[in-house]
Amino acid sequence: MKLLVGGILLAVAFAAFPLITQRSDLLNLGIQIFLAVALAQSWNLLGGYAGQITLGHAAFFGLGALITRILWVNGAPLVLALVAGALVATAFGIVIGLPAFRLRGAYFAIGTLGLAEILRISVGNLMPEISTIPAAALVSYDMLSRYYLTLGLAVLCVAVVAALVCSRVGLGIQAVREDEAAAEASGVGAFRHKLLALALSTALVGLAGGAFAYYHVSYYPQHVFSPVWTFDAVLITFVGGVGTIHGPVLGALFYVILKEILAVRLVELHLLIFGVLFILVVLFFPGGLVEAWSRARRLITRKG
Amino acid sequence: MILTQQLILGVLVGGLYGLAAAGLSLTFGVLRVLNVAHGELLMLGGYGTFWLFTLWQIDPFLSLLGVGPALFALGLILYWTLFQFVVKAHEEVRIKNSLLIGFGLTLVFHTLAIRLWTADERAVTTAYAGAVIKMGAFAIPLVRLSSLVLAFAILTALHLFLAKARWGRAIRATAEDWEAAALMGIPVGKTYLLAFALGTALAGIAGGLVTVSYSISPSIGLEWTLKALIVVVLAGLGSLFGAFAGGILLGVAEATSAVLVGGAYREVVGLVLFLVILLVRPQGLFGGRG
Repeated sequence: MKLLVGGILLAVAFAAFPLITQRSDLLNLGIQIFLAVALAQSWNLLGGYAGQITLGHAAFFGLGALITRILWVNGAPLVLALVAGALVATAFGIVIGLPAFRLRGAYFAIGTLGLAEILRISVGNLMPEISTIPAAALVSYDMLSRYYLTLGLAVLCVAVVAALVCSRVGLGIQAVREDEAAAEASGVGAFRHKLLALALSTALVGLAGGAFAYYHVSYYPQHVFSPVWTFDAVLITFVGGVGTIHGPVLGALFYVILKEILAVRLVELHLLIFGVLFILVVLFFPGGLVEAWSRARRLITRKG
Repeated sequence: MILTQQLILGVLVGGLYGLAAAGLSLTFGVLRVLNVAHGELLMLGGYGTFWLFTLWQIDPFLSLLGVGPALFALGLILYWTLFQFVVKAHEEVRIKNSLLIGFGLTLVFHTLAIRLWTADERAVTTAYAGAVIKMGAFAIPLVRLSSLVLAFAILTALHLFLAKARWGRAIRATAEDWEAAALMGIPVGKTYLLAFALGTALAGIAGGLVTVSYSISPSIGLEWTLKALIVVVLAGLGSLFGAFAGGILLGVAEATSAVLVGGAYREVVGLVLFLVILLVRPQGLFGGRG
């Protein structure tokens, strides 16, 4: 309940923010936070709640971006382009998930990693030229609509995961993560639940890719398939708190702001800090920031 | 004509794929730990060779005598600080956590390498770098041939170690069934440590050889991790010579594809092969334990 109120307040605060100032650097920072939330929350759905670690999140982000960009630049309505991007990402997700989920262990993780690299290299070969928003659209480029689109996307991702977790299907997904055999024995189809989590996760990250394609003025088509997107999603989710709803949101805020502060002085240093933090979290502190926060609070209330 | 020349080069690079894969196969086979930072360890070994040559003109083949033990030591440190906590978990969690830890290490090593040595591509150019053996119309680069032979020799030595030596047999027993091995009085923790450090040393030596014949940069890690993974999937676990053969197979497949569909898709061919095998025969082409 407290979380729900907190989440709504945060969303409202972000929504009201442009009323105070419309400085484009701050709006940009907001957009980056929202994209990071979407990227991490969609990974969290599959990796955190369903327990299926993927190292190929970039593949689906990239597919969403690629399809949306092509359709939108060629005149399709934005909503249609976004939906198409999400659908293609999901279709690829299911094609790789159908066989890979029948295998156990690391195959799904390294299979998706392979897929992402195949797409990255192929797209780089087929579309070597930089993709820029056409001049006509550039004239009417409006930062505010990007801000609200990505904010809406971030809220959607959090809402979908929150709604799912409370639902029967969501409980099934978590049961499969905890113990596949036990879940099967209780009548929860493991394969079906994993596939559903994958479909939702890839659809959401496909949308995030689409939003990026709508937001970013010019980039190389290959860039959206870069492993960087997977890095971001995994780091943010774990440092924030994997398998929790608010973890990826906290992680995204922390990550983007730290990146912004450090980028001024030292390029890439945030990756080093987050890489080390991430390893520590995986090994010794599986709850991430979320757990750290509740532990700290307990400590304070006990003393007080 | 061009195809034959490409095939020769494919076999030569394949030996290095095999060497890189052997290290990954050893750690995965024995510890059930999938270290996706394997390519980054290879990259570090490559830089070791590069700096030894650039700063003190130490011959790259000779420098392997330093780089191998240095990476072995790094392997010890990584095991003590990180992976010993991973192997305490049961198998599913172990693989998952090792993937994640490796992933974090990837990031750390990559970022560190860029900061320390910039993102430039580096290679070692020795006095004998251009030497070739002429065989009719074909040319075999001497350095690459020596690398292949050396890779084979190292794997043979390792094979003998695993087959005959006391600690080698402990490694094999632990790979087979660590609980039974523990009951027989084998110190499983130390065996894990040794296997992991050996795997790291193999990555470092492979990296050194890559620097002599090809080039390195901080971002080659992922590519080489994938190469090693492809070969492991191709060859299955448990056989060093299987990994060597799988590496050569991958090199040949890449070379053939480079001639047929163009060099731009070189990397893709291996990955597609990899996905197909994962889907069709998850235990690997040459069988072995899955």
